[in-house]
Amino acid sequence: MQETTAQAPARAKIAVRGLTMAYGSFVVMRDLNFDVADKDIFVIMGGSGCGKSTLLRHLIGLQEPASGRVLFDGEDFTATPAAERARFIRRFGVMYQSGALWSSLTLAENIAMPLEEHTDLKAKAIRDLVSYKLALVGLSGYEDHYPAQISGGMNKRAGIARAMALDPDILFLDEPGAGLDPLSARRLDDLILRLRDGLGSTIVVVTHELASIFAIANQSVFLDSATRTQGATGNPADLRDHSDNPAVRLFLRRGGETAVPSNTTP
Amino acid sequence: MIPADVHPPRASWTRDRGRVVLELSGDWQRGAAEPEITGEPTGSAPDAYATAALGDYDSTLPAFLLARIREGNPDKPSLDGLPPDLHGLLELALAVPEEVEARGTPAEVSEIQKLGTVSIRTWSGVRSIVDFTGHSMMSLGRFFTGRAHFRSREFWLIVQQCGAQALPIVSLISFLIGLIMAFVGNVQLANFGASLYVADLVGIAMVREMGVVMTAIIVSGRTGAAFAAHLGSMKANQEIDALRTFGFNPFDFLVLPRMLALVLMMPLLTIYANLIGMLGGMLVGAAVNIPPALYWYETLTVVNLENAFLGVFKSVFFGIVIAMSGCLQGMHAGNSSAAVGQATTRAVVASITTIIILDSAFAVIFTLLDI
Ligand SMILES: Nc1ncnc2c1ncn2[C@@H]1O[C@H](COP(=O)(O)OP(=O)(O)OP(=O)(O)O)[C@@H](O)[C@H]1O
Ligand SMILES: [Mg+2]
Repeated sequence: MQETTAQAPARAKIAVRGLTMAYGSFVVMRDLNFDVADKDIFVIMGGSGCGKSTLLRHLIGLQEPASGRVLFDGEDFTATPAAERARFIRRFGVMYQSGALWSSLTLAENIAMPLEEHTDLKAKAIRDLVSYKLALVGLSGYEDHYPAQISGGMNKRAGIARAMALDPDILFLDEPGAGLDPLSARRLDDLILRLRDGLGSTIVVVTHELASIFAIANQSVFLDSATRTQGATGNPADLRDHSDNPAVRLFLRRGGETAVPSNTTP
Repeated sequence: MIPADVHPPRASWTRDRGRVVLELSGDWQRGAAEPEITGEPTGSAPDAYATAALGDYDSTLPAFLLARIREGNPDKPSLDGLPPDLHGLLELALAVPEEVEARGTPAEVSEIQKLGTVSIRTWSGVRSIVDFTGHSMMSLGRFFTGRAHFRSREFWLIVQQCGAQALPIVSLISFLIGLIMAFVGNVQLANFGASLYVADLVGIAMVREMGVVMTAIIVSGRTGAAFAAHLGSMKANQEIDALRTFGFNPFDFLVLPRMLALVLMMPLLTIYANLIGMLGGMLVGAAVNIPPALYWYETLTVVNLENAFLGVFKSVFFGIVIAMSGCLQGMHAGNSSAAVGQATTRAVVASITTIIILDSAFAVIFTLLDI
């Protein structure tokens, strides 16, 4: 289990403190508190529509919290004015749930753009890096395709390649495995583990694929849509076996033995 | 056609030792008649069901039952007496309780509330325009101090789309405008034997007003709409978020090149439209026996550089207006394809309206300055 001390966890890569997220007056989740340690593969899990993508958008500063704070390496991100956030954001790599590749650019250009803008690499070196990143996600040869010319799953993988373009310190992936066949999903889990080990990145993954949760995650937070707050934090396998929150156990065991819940009106 | 052996659907409420029983019979199918409901409508959900006379059914029956259960809103709905497949389906439908908060708020709104909502919306609309203008100007500032950058390939692509590719439609419209003005003008002027002054009329009207206004309207419809649709769908697809998280300023990257492209192309298109309009006038002139050389000479006597400059001067502002309203509506579009359509409409309406208002303002200012 994770030792979540209440204050000043200077070690934590990302610290979320009392975070409440809302769209207008509609509160999505309240009072979230968790830490992501350096080189963790941290999974955000929870039922569909419970606010996982919303949480991710809060972590990367695309949405402002209703209350609470997000800290990176102990530095308060939410209190930093938007104009001075560049130094935080420079360290992020983000893959969005829809892929969000720039549709007017080819895959190669999509991955090359951050490299061209933020590094002094020569065109040849950039080309090699682009091919390498595409090869990592199994898309060699698709350099000159436009996002509209490849499938949804391929768009996601290309989105991951783009998120990795600058070898980010922290990688955020929103449902990377959704829409992939079992083999590609497996490859992706492999890739995530290798990225952590090879680059030393901290990786935050939104997912509800149980297989991949148990394969990659060492820490996790469960967002409980019934109570609108976090249900539990900790290692997923521990949570499955020992969590005192029945909703968490149910989720991690795929609702128990039967697929159809038997008269469990919460 | 309903076959003869189909029985009409019936539901009847009965009471059996204090329990409310809903008796179902007949065939419940999409093509069948409205179900006939008999017995006291108790308002509470049934405690049990009797289905001995129930025939065939499709989704209409579980839909009917779910609606009755929701009406009664019992703590623990009973599904006693339903055949196993219906039992299973309804159990699934009832497994997750209805999200009451997710439903729209009730339509009961007082007039004061409506007024408040409209004022708040208007105020936030004004604020977003001011905010957007501020950001665009800052972006322009960064450009002139050499700190903003965008992809030059994208810029030239936009220049091509809003400039060269607009030539055919600009040619057609301004040629016809010149032609119409000359035609109508000639009918009047011929009465005084002053047909030659058609050249003055067309020349002045084109370079001061018609050339630039018609070009601006065409470009609003063509390019402004394209900007809004493009940026709107980029927003819906989170591409703008992706720009932000890679440390690109969306204003520098998307708004600035579009604004610069229009500032560059609008004057050129306007000059082109002016010339084509005069050509249209010249054609009418030739038809009423004004030789083209004479027509051209007469045009040059009234259209001086100062006059010609006024239209071009205005076109720069119109270009900025078109680019800004297209980009503003696109970047503030909602996250759906319908929202992109609305954003496009708003962009075109806003830019045409602003252009006409701005043009009137210019007319007043120029008159006061006696230009
Ligand atoms: N722009 C918005 N305006 C208002 N409410 C929103 C908006 N976007 C999302 N929501 C609401 O916020 C809640 C969380 O949405 P979110 O997209 O974060 O869910 P999620 O956990 O990522 O779901 P999924 O697993 O299906 O991707 C949903 O109930 C949704 O109705
Ligand atoms: Mg999501």
